Amino acid sequence: MRYETERTRRRGHADTATDTLARGLGIFSIALGIMEVAAPRTLARALGMKGQEGLIAGYGLREIATGIGILASKDPTPWIWGRVAGDALDLATLATALEGKNPKKENVGIAMAAVAGVTALDVYCAQTLSRESPHPLPPMQDYSDRTGFPRGVEQSRGAASDFEVPRDFRAPEAMRPYTQPDLPQRPMPSM
Amino acid sequence: MKALVWHGTTDIRCDSVPDPQIEHPRDAIIKVTSCAICGSDLHLYDHFMPGMKSGDIMGHETMGEVVEVGSETKGKLKVGDRVVIPFTIICGECDQCKRGNFSVCERTNRNGHIAAKAFGHATAGLFGYTHLTGGYAGGQAEYLRVPFADATHIKVPDGIPDEKLLFLSDIFPTGWQAAVQCDIQPDDTVAIWGAGPVGQMAIRSAILLGAKQVVAIDRIPERLAMAEAGGAITINFDEESVIERLNELTNGKGPEKCIDSVGMEAHAAGTVDAMYDRVKQATMMETDRPHVLREMAYVCRPAGTLSVPGVYGGLLDKIPFGAIMNKGLTIRTGQTHVNRWTDDLLRRIEEGQIDPSFVITHTVGLEEGPEMYKIFRDKQDGCVKVVLKP
Repeated sequence: MRYETERTRRRGHADTATDTLARGLGIFSIALGIMEVAAPRTLARALGMKGQEGLIAGYGLREIATGIGILASKDPTPWIWGRVAGDALDLATLATALEGKNPKKENVGIAMAAVAGVTALDVYCAQTLSRESPHPLPPMQDYSDRTGFPRGVEQSRGAASDFEVPRDFRAPEAMRPYTQPDLPQRPMPSM
Repeated sequence: MKALVWHGTTDIRCDSVPDPQIEHPRDAIIKVTSCAICGSDLHLYDHFMPGMKSGDIMGHETMGEVVEVGSETKGKLKVGDRVVIPFTIICGECDQCKRGNFSVCERTNRNGHIAAKAFGHATAGLFGYTHLTGGYAGGQAEYLRVPFADATHIKVPDGIPDEKLLFLSDIFPTGWQAAVQCDIQPDDTVAIWGAGPVGQMAIRSAILLGAKQVVAIDRIPERLAMAEAGGAITINFDEESVIERLNELTNGKGPEKCIDSVGMEAHAAGTVDAMYDRVKQATMMETDRPHVLREMAYVCRPAGTLSVPGVYGGLLDKIPFGAIMNKGLTIRTGQTHVNRWTDDLLRRIEEGQIDPSFVITHTVGLEEGPEMYKIFRDKQDGCVKVVLKP
């Protein structure tokens, strides 16, 4: 099942849910990129990758660029595939940190598992976008004249006021709206 | 005769089957002139409702001409009468029928013992809607046997096209009852989840009954446009927060009346509870996806009413009963007591207050029915309501 909205018509004709997922990945990409650019030293320390701060910051810039591309482009499909390629690069780089006597191997394993999870989501999103985007849905039908009211909407509002709601369908008296003229309300006391 | 026959999940075919016969003196046979596919038929198409058997004839929105009557229908029905057939089969004589609670007729469900095991008590027999409701053949066919026909019919006059009358069988009285269950007051905001056929009828009913503000919630642009044409303010749940928008439209107080015309197969992409329901339903740990019920309970104004015409089948998970209890909400549900409303609604059609044919988007022959099930289910081609002409 596939739905298009005005937004997705502008953005490659994917289903609205797929497009929402792509946008989510775009925002995630920018957030992760900012973290990598802002705190490469902290990340390098946590992963036992001292000396590779420049590389991490560079990867951060890549993430930010990809995220902007996803959010701003007319068709996010190539940018999401770009994320998949970036994920592969991230995994390969992290794998190098598993070699030797890195005392932070446990953290690296956690990071790789997280990247693998995001990669799965990226691959799913990219594949779905690739499937949907080349096939735009036919133009929308125009139902804006289907009122159902031969006399028009405003003439029809309350036209059935002669209908008496059966006793067993009425709201209990205590739950009916207060129908007396508005009485002045005192301000809420401060507690 | 030709009929649309259920063979399994998403497998409906136009088959040749034996013509129906009078089996009981209260029966009648009608030649079907128009019938429709209902949203609740999709629960059978997707096989979310248990109790279907291969070979069952589909359909419960039917009208036509009486061609044969049993000996005990005399005086009530005669050959040549033009009738709409309500989807609920009623005896007209039991305690519930006498009270107007036709959808829980005590005598027409011939498999009442099965329904009683599932629900505690039997409900009425229904056309073409599983063996839990009697296993009666449905009306997406050239001919239909109508059991208890002396009570189970709505006589309609000549001179009005089928398209204006057909929906007296189900969706119009269902939308009407949904609104009546709300006991609408002139200051009320009525929020309606789902702008499918029942939702569209509920919108028109709420307007006729004088609601100050009607809000329709859906994600499909065509359906939202149709809802707007009928006087509703629309919310596309893919593009904005339903709860925030409803609170904004009601000065933060929430709508007084909420109608769930979605039921068990809610699509709420992106919400945590919807993903949870999908997983539980896929692993057969939950029968229904009640996202709409949860949202209604949360956003409804305290002391308000939740009206539920949407079909649910079994066990629902994570219903916020704390909100329902503490906010003092009233819940009104039920299959529609069709004949309770149809005299009044027929008069309103005749007087030109409403023309229910606005909802029809596709009219095809019976042979194209199987394909139309898929198009309707997938909401392709702007499909809102399909009428079949046998």
